[in-house]
Amino acid sequence: MSEPTHHTHTVVPPRVYAAVFGTLLCFTALTVFASYLELGTFNAVVALAIAVIKAVLVILFFMHIRYSSKLTKLTISAGFFTLIVLLLMTMTDYISRAWGMW
Amino acid sequence: MDSQAIATIPEQEHAGHEHPEFVRHHFANAAQQRETANFGMWLFLLTEIMFFSGLFAAYLIYRNWYYPAFVAGSHQLKIWAGTLNTVVLICSSFTMAMGVYSAEMRKRKALLRWMALTLILGMGFLCIKAYEWHDEWEHHHVPGLNFSTSTFTHVDPRYPADKPLAPDMAEKTQTYFSLYFTMTGLHAFHMIVGICVLLFLMYKAWGGAYTNGHMNTVENFGLYWHFVDIVWIFLFPLLYLISRHQ
Repeated sequence: MSEPTHHTHTVVPPRVYAAVFGTLLCFTALTVFASYLELGTFNAVVALAIAVIKAVLVILFFMHIRYSSKLTKLTISAGFFTLIVLLLMTMTDYISRAWGMW
Repeated sequence: MDSQAIATIPEQEHAGHEHPEFVRHHFANAAQQRETANFGMWLFLLTEIMFFSGLFAAYLIYRNWYYPAFVAGSHQLKIWAGTLNTVVLICSSFTMAMGVYSAEMRKRKALLRWMALTLILGMGFLCIKAYEWHDEWEHHHVPGLNFSTSTFTHVDPRYPADKPLAPDMAEKTQTYFSLYFTMTGLHAFHMIVGICVLLFLMYKAWGGAYTNGHMNTVENFGLYWHFVDIVWIFLFPLLYLISRHQ
């Protein structure tokens, strides 16, 4: 059996954590501020977009995925693909035959 | 120890192959063990994401069907409490990340300090949540316990532009609050489990278990803690920030 692929582990410096922390707080303020603007349907879009950005920052930096092996990155992508399938396929089911509710 | 079948003489257990004590024999080296542990933890977290997503899918459907009821329900929540809770959890994620860094740098006291901060912030979150839930209970917004739609069939003085709901739509606010309590309740349960595990890990960390190079457990607990933070990052705008501009 060949040698397992070596993934060199990087230690993330605290200043990266501090920068991400500050950014997360800014986005929190932004999302609360944006909710008070009149944007119609886009209120939800903006709120979710900001939430996704925050989640991505946490995953990449606090959870070290930015520095992880390809295997880990692929596994998480597969997980998110499954999540999209859950949401999208449920939606298509309801939209196409929601007994007049939709 | 898993080498009892091979070695009968304790001193000769590791003769011939040197490795840190904590590396199990089915791993090639410490790095591979660490990556494998990480991988396993991520698989568990992905199942947890699917677990919460079922509720998010339900939320998605019902919000679309009963939007006015969801707006009215959301306006009953305290935005300062939700925002404060979001800030508290983001701080706790930062302190947890710093804790993992301390474990990596083999600084025992620093690790304990960061874990203690994370613990305090986590408990602070639960206190604010308990206050909010108590408030909902007092206003008769708990489905199954004392739910009353009277708040929604009259004009709310805090939101004078909001028209009161018709009786059938007012009934749907119960759907909103069911989702609110289930989702925040499930999240709070995850926080409680996290806090209990954190207490145990602090006890082990105090004994030096995670500052000798084997910090997988703390690292993987950190992953769990960040995951719980991410769930709240999505819960907050969806539950608290529906149409606040009205």
